[in-house]
Parts: sequence; C-alpha cells; structure tokens
Amino acid sequence: MLNRYSQVCACFAQTARLMVGIPDYENYVAHRRKTHPGLPIMTYEEFFRERQQARYAVGKGRFRCCC
Amino acid sequence: MTVLFFSTRRDGKSLADMARAEMGPVAGAIAGVGAPLICVILLAVLGLVVVNALKGSPWGAFTVFCTLPIALLMGVYARFIRPGRIGEMSAIGAALLLVALVYGRTVSVTPALAGFFDLSGPTLAIILIAYGFFASVLPVWLLLAPRDYLSTFLKIGAIVLLAIGVILVRPDLEMPAVTKFVDGTGPVWSGSLFPFLFITIACGAVSGWRSLIASGTTPKMIENESQIRFIGYGGMLMESFVAIMAMIGASVLHPGVYFAMNSSAGVIGAPADHAAQVISSWGFTVTPDMLMQMAQSVGEKSILSRTGGAPTLAVGMASILSSFLGGGAMMGVWRHFIILFEALFILTTVDAGTSALRFMIQDFVGAAIPAFKATESWVNNVIGSALACVLWGYLLYAGVVDPYGGIWTMWPLFGAANQMLAAIVLTLCTVILFKMKRERFAFITIVPSAWLLVCTVTAGLEKVFASDPAVGFLSHAAKLSAAAASGTVLAPAKTLDEMSRIVFNDYLDAGLAALSVAIVLVVVIYAVVDIAKALGSSKSTAIEVGAPVLAAGGV
Repeated sequence: MLNRYSQVCACFAQTARLMVGIPDYENYVAHRRKTHPGLPIMTYEEFFRERQQARYAVGKGRFRCCC
Repeated sequence: MTVLFFSTRRDGKSLADMARAEMGPVAGAIAGVGAPLICVILLAVLGLVVVNALKGSPWGAFTVFCTLPIALLMGVYARFIRPGRIGEMSAIGAALLLVALVYGRTVSVTPALAGFFDLSGPTLAIILIAYGFFASVLPVWLLLAPRDYLSTFLKIGAIVLLAIGVILVRPDLEMPAVTKFVDGTGPVWSGSLFPFLFITIACGAVSGWRSLIASGTTPKMIENESQIRFIGYGGMLMESFVAIMAMIGASVLHPGVYFAMNSSAGVIGAPADHAAQVISSWGFTVTPDMLMQMAQSVGEKSILSRTGGAPTLAVGMASILSSFLGGGAMMGVWRHFIILFEALFILTTVDAGTSALRFMIQDFVGAAIPAFKATESWVNNVIGSALACVLWGYLLYAGVVDPYGGIWTMWPLFGAANQMLAAIVLTLCTVILFKMKRERFAFITIVPSAWLLVCTVTAGLEKVFASDPAVGFLSHAAKLSAAAASGTVLAPAKTLDEMSRIVFNDYLDAGLAALSVAIVLVVVIYAVVDIAKALGSSKSTAIEVGAPVLAAGGV
C-alpha cells in the first residue's frame, strides 16, 4: 500500500517536472550507463542547466505560446 | 493533429520549412512571413489584455509587479543556492506570491502606496514593452525559466480549483442564451454573427497557433507515432474544457454587470449612474448601486469598461470561488488571484513570444546581412529584441491610446489572422495528403479548411470594405476624416489630433487585414496547382524523413 502511494507520488513529481521541461535524471543516468558505458555522466546540476538551456533555445525550431 | 503527424514524419520541422519543401519557395516564404506577423499581432493583443486588466488597479498592478523580483530570486536560487531544486524553488515562489497577493489589499487602501501602482494605460503599455525587451535580453535562467515554472504550476492549480468550484457551487447562468445583440448592434462586438462568430479565438477547435506548436515543438517531445492521437485529441479536449469554464465565468455574472465591464467607455460613459442608465435601456436592468457594490467587493474603484475579457473572467470566477471558499470577504483576493494567474500566463507568453519573434527577425534580416544571423551574439540579441519590441509595442501603444476601438479593433484582426494561419496549415495538409496518394482521406482537411476560408475571407473583406463604420475600417476612417475636415470632433476622440490618430489606426488595420486575405488566397492557388500536379503523378511525391519515398520521389 505504502509502496503504491510512493509510486503515485513519484509519477506526479515526474509529470510536474516534465511540464516545465526537465526530464527524469535517473532515466538519463540509466540510459548513459546502458548505451554509452565508460563515457562521462553529467551531474544533476549540469543536467539541469543543459536541459533548461535546451528548453528555452527558441528559434531552433522550438516555439511555445499560449493560444 | 494532422500537422503534428506530418511534422513528426519530417524530423520535427517547422511549418515554414514544411511549406517550403512541399509547396515551393513562395508558399514557404508566405508561411515564414505569416508566422511573425501573427506573432506581432498576438503579442500586441495580449499586451492590451494585461493593460486593460491592470490600469487603475493598484492591487493588481502591485501583485503582478511583485512577480518580477520573486522570479529573479527563484532564478538565482535554482542556479546558485540549490541548483536544480525545482520543487523547493516553486514552493518558495508560490508562498511569496500569496504574500504579495494578500499584501496587495493593504497597498490598495494605503493612499501613499497606492499612488505608485495606480497607473494609466499608456504608462502600463510602456512598462510592458520595456519588460518584454529586458526579459528577452536577460539570460533565460534568471527570469524566463523561473517565471515559466511559476506560471505553469499556478495555471494548472487555478484551472483545477475552478473546475472543482464550478462543480461544487453549480452556479446559475444569468446570461440569456441569445441576446438581442445577435443582429450585430451589440456594445461589445459589432458585426453580424456570420462570419465574425467563427473568427473568434476558438482555441480548442481551430487555431493557427496550435499548428505552429504542433510543428516544430511537440514532435520533439513524443516517443512514437502512436502517441500522436492521444496528445492531439487530449490537447483539444483540455483546451475546450478551459474555454467552457471561461464561458461559465462570463455567464454567471449578471448580464448588466457583464455589459458594464465589456462595453467601451465611448459607449456607456464614465459615471456609474450614467452607465447603469444606458445598460438598462438595452433591456438589462441594472442599478448604479449594483455596479458600485460589485466594484467594492472585488477591491476596485470601478468595474466599468474593463474590456479585454480577463477582468470579466476574474470577477466571474471570483464569485464562484468565494461562494465555497472564504465567502464575500475573500472575493477581492480571489479576483486578484485570477488576475495574477492570467497576467503571469500572458507575461510568460510576452517574453517567450518576444524572444521567438527576435529569432524570426534575425532569420529574416540575416538573409540580407549574414552577420546578423549569429543568434548567440549579444549585440544582435539586443538589436533583434529591440526591433521585436518596437513592432508589437507600437501596435499595443496604438491600441491603448485609441479610446474607442482599442482592443476591439485589434481583436478581429487577431482572430482572423489566427484562423487564416489555421486555414493555410490545413491547406498545406491537404496538399501533403494528395501528394501521399491518400486522396480518400483528404476531405478530413478539405472540409474545415474550406469553411475557414469562407469565414476568414468574408470577415477580412468585411473589416476592410463594409459600409457600416462600426465594422469596416475604411468606412470608419472615411467617416472620421470627413468630420475632421469639417472641423467637428466625433464622440470617441476629444481633439482633432486624436481623430487623425484613429484614422491612421484604421488605415493600418485595413492594410493588415487586406494583406492577410491576399496571403491566404495566394496559398490556396498554390495548393490547387500542387494538388493537380500530385494527381497527375502515379506515385507518392511527399517528402518524408527516413522513408524510401525520399529516394524514389524527390521533387
């Protein structure tokens, strides 16, 4: 029961982060380990900055608006 | 959704790129010019909404200004103090925002402080333009990103809260389903139901913006093609949901109050008793007391002529929310909460839109002066942002100082431009369907695009040429210049100087409307030619990424 509850919470947190354009860090680490073993992995701070820059790189085909 | 699908199959290319590849350089250039054009109009209209919501409202202005330091603080927090902790950062921001919201009441009742935030329309417009410039020049992590986080969470929170409120309170709709104004003589809107009903911003249904986002942005976010259906339909349903709540918000208000808020000052006049008299003469009984009391309960000096939609929604929603959370005493807080939510939302669009517009301008001008294309350069950034702000800022300022038309002359233009972009996109999709040899399904895009074409072209032409001065730009201009020539000053303007400004605005609007109509027609002609060509060819000629078609077809 408790397990399920924390799962739901994690899912919400992931959705909230995705809404502002920051994907899962754990997924990224797992992906780097699996497909690029031996290559450096960004720390969470680097990862966060990199994603934030990428999200707001308007003009490179990215376009957001309200209506 | 079709756009999303096609763009996904083309490596998430933007609309202009797709148009260039599938319909030739001319259509591509038109889509490339159309997008920034609509962007400029959109920014100006949204700016007008904010200005109308905040002018003469110290509480609202104070709260919205407070979001600036709060966003800066959040930006520094997430960058240096605790990098990447979005949850903590947003919680701090939200808490500070609520403090600002509640403290805003104190500001609005303290004359010494209220003076600073009791701003006129033109002042607010200039502040907004300066804000757009700085937000576009400053690094994104400092202002843009934190404010975006805040507005995203606030937006979702407010919408969920409103939905719960509507379900719990089950408010009665006060507005009759059809008023006598359907004949086009209404105070809020002039022009007949057809075609103008169909060029309002039907976001969930048809919108050019959706297609701008669906090409370029969304394709990069989805994992595979099977998600397209869910995202496409889901997005449409969510939008319609918000739209329905907005309509509920407007309809729970007493119709008299609604018209008092949404008729321009040129029509109903300034003092409450005069306005009440005019509105009652339309058949919606309302007393000056009602208007005054409404204004007082939401913490404003006056609710007359607060056009633009945002204030109306705020009052409507505040009356729903306060009836299940906090009662009448909380009405003002709720109202300013909604105003804050709308303003944040729009400001986010203003800064994102300004930087998007800057890139488009750099792209455009860069074709002539290659050095200008380096988007990373700080000098280019400043020049580009300044140009972008001047473009939409000029339209905004013109709309603010024009006392009669204001937002209502821009709105039909915006609606028409938006729907025209949608029509262009649907036409593009039709062409692609034909090129893919999927003529059987082409009706899916042909039917709506034909309807949109009829509506937008009629509306555009009517706005330009209609003989009724309330509808047509040219006849309005002619009427005013005739009056100016004979030395009389007509109702909306107070001086001859203002008259000539309004006339100029009319010509500007007429030019823009005519230009949009011409653009749509050219695209349609191109589309027909392309479809004929595609029908003549025996195999698929569409250009997709990664498909063998590329090798076989190739244009």
